[in-house]
Amino acid sequence: MAQMTMIQAITDAMRIELKNDENVLIFGEDVGQNGGVFRATEGLQKEFGEDRVFDTPLAESGIGGLSIGLALQGYRPVPEIQFFGFVYEAMDAISGQMARLRYRSGGVYHAPITIRSPFGGGVKTPELHADSLEGLMAQQPGLKVIIPSTPYDAKGLLISAIRDNDPVIFLEHMKLYRSFRDEVPEEEYTVEIGKADVKREGKDITIITYGAMVHSSLKAAEELEKEDIQAEVIDLRTVSPIDIDTIIESVNKTGRAIVVQEAQKQAGIAASVVAEINDRAILSLEAPVLRVTAPDTVFPFSAAEDVWLPDYKDIMEKAKQVINF
Amino acid sequence: MGTKTLTQIEEEFETFQILNEEGEIVNEDAMPDLSDEDLQELMTRMVYTRIWDQRAISLNRQGRLGFYAPVAGQEASALGSQYALDKEDFILPGYRDVPQIVYHGLPLYQAFLFSRGHFQGNQIPEGVNVISPQIIIGAQITQAAGVALGLKKRGKKNIAITYTGDGGASQGDFYEGINFAGAYNAPAVFVVQNNRFAISVPVEKQSAAKTIAQKAVAAGIHGVQVDGMDVLAVYAATQQARERAVNEEGPTLIETLTYRYGPHTMAGDDPTRYRTEEMDNEWEKKDPLVRFRKYLESKDLWSEEKENEVVGQAKEDIKAAIKKADEAPKQKVTDLIENMYEKLPKNLQEQMEEYKEKESK
Repeated sequence: MAQMTMIQAITDAMRIELKNDENVLIFGEDVGQNGGVFRATEGLQKEFGEDRVFDTPLAESGIGGLSIGLALQGYRPVPEIQFFGFVYEAMDAISGQMARLRYRSGGVYHAPITIRSPFGGGVKTPELHADSLEGLMAQQPGLKVIIPSTPYDAKGLLISAIRDNDPVIFLEHMKLYRSFRDEVPEEEYTVEIGKADVKREGKDITIITYGAMVHSSLKAAEELEKEDIQAEVIDLRTVSPIDIDTIIESVNKTGRAIVVQEAQKQAGIAASVVAEINDRAILSLEAPVLRVTAPDTVFPFSAAEDVWLPDYKDIMEKAKQVINF
Repeated sequence: MGTKTLTQIEEEFETFQILNEEGEIVNEDAMPDLSDEDLQELMTRMVYTRIWDQRAISLNRQGRLGFYAPVAGQEASALGSQYALDKEDFILPGYRDVPQIVYHGLPLYQAFLFSRGHFQGNQIPEGVNVISPQIIIGAQITQAAGVALGLKKRGKKNIAITYTGDGGASQGDFYEGINFAGAYNAPAVFVVQNNRFAISVPVEKQSAAKTIAQKAVAAGIHGVQVDGMDVLAVYAATQQARERAVNEEGPTLIETLTYRYGPHTMAGDDPTRYRTEEMDNEWEKKDPLVRFRKYLESKDLWSEEKENEVVGQAKEDIKAAIKKADEAPKQKVTDLIENMYEKLPKNLQEQMEEYKEKESK
């Protein structure tokens, strides 16, 4: 096994799928010669040629439409949106078009498209680069939305996404790109879409989270252990569809839960998780399910990121509130 | 100064015409190579579509059809361009472009089902290279660039052709689509049917550009403005654009100057609020059927008898298609759930069970 960063694992997944399936095409702004602004597509154009890995004009809606057209010709497009804050430019192409292609055509056409895109706070980007917009995507029937938290999951989930016959939004947290390495098999493997992962077991409280907040939650769980609180940490990995079974099984065991997300509180994934627990496990609960989120402002200017983003202390505090209810 | 003025550029976009309003050939050199049978077939299609349009409007008024965007006036523009295509060419239509996809192979009863909002209307049969009509203005244009690039990558000698109206040429997706196709030298043809009004807003208020065709210049692709009431000119322009595209000589933007006689759609639009009777009359003098009929009669290729035959056939086909559309099963929520994903996620599996039970009652 190799030690890989998340960005290396992502490149590796694309390389494997470019080799496996000649219909896989990778394209976007700067992904060709330059290998992407984060080097996610480093070396791929050189290895597979400009026919398979290519630059696009600078227009996100165009990239979305191009993907749909290529899908109609039997290709399996893997476009990159350079930063997910730019996705508003492509909202019709994604929500109005590719998410509905199977539905609209009564199953005749489908869109096996994987949109990869970096997002996430803590790296001091300019505006509209770092926003957590997964809630917006999860609102759209027809899409699947993946947010991996480790290099291992990133590789296995990206391979699954590229092989999936429906459109997948694959969101890559910028802070996790190079922050740590993980054991990642060099060969191909898949991680099932829609399946959460228990990243840490515990009996006292369930922390349900995803993305970079998995690491903050694990840190909080470590700290809580010092206070004799055993927290279970569930990494959703896919935020649409949500793995309800894993959540409910854990909540039935612990009787207490908090949901942690980097996104704002309003609407969103955490609210969905709370509603599912309410629907299915309310009688197991010893306390209300609380949320740790960012406040309901737009994503902050970079100088305010540190005070805006939730951290492990916020998670600990909320967990204790639920434990001591 | 060596700068070319805007006026000079605009003047290069003269309207391409072959057949004038009197049904006379005014541009013999540009006359496309069409047999007598082809010429008769073009007329047949235009007459058929005019009857279909009249029937669709009346069926809509009776509540027997749903969403419908009238096409009368635009027959030459719609059908002349489609006639230049190969069966393997791919059409991405807007909502007024139903005749083109029917002549490309979509059964008529499915066009009626589309109008009624029944999903089976969008289930394109195998081997028919079209997608169902786009509702979002311009979204089909970027997709056309993608289909065209796909055809090029597959090494096919075919094109993607897409249709929009004058309003569509104001959308960002229009500029992105023609620009992408140009950048990739993808075999695409973009038809803008300029019927002078985007619902109510006149084309003069859409843009300072004197022609829509000249927008091709900025994208580095070919542009041509055509008399959209002249079926021969529309056919010839599309055929040339198609040839260029498959020979990797670049995409083309075709602007057809046309007019819709009816309302924008049958959902309550009243054209008298934004058009004058004089304007309607002026455009009716340019009618594509009238001039082509004159031309064919002068060549002894058309007669009242022939016309009546086509009208009769159209009425009969429409009746049969409506009957077939009536036989479509009632639409169920479970059918819709079925088509959301290849494999249903848990939430939809649960909702599927819920609705199956509801529907069984």
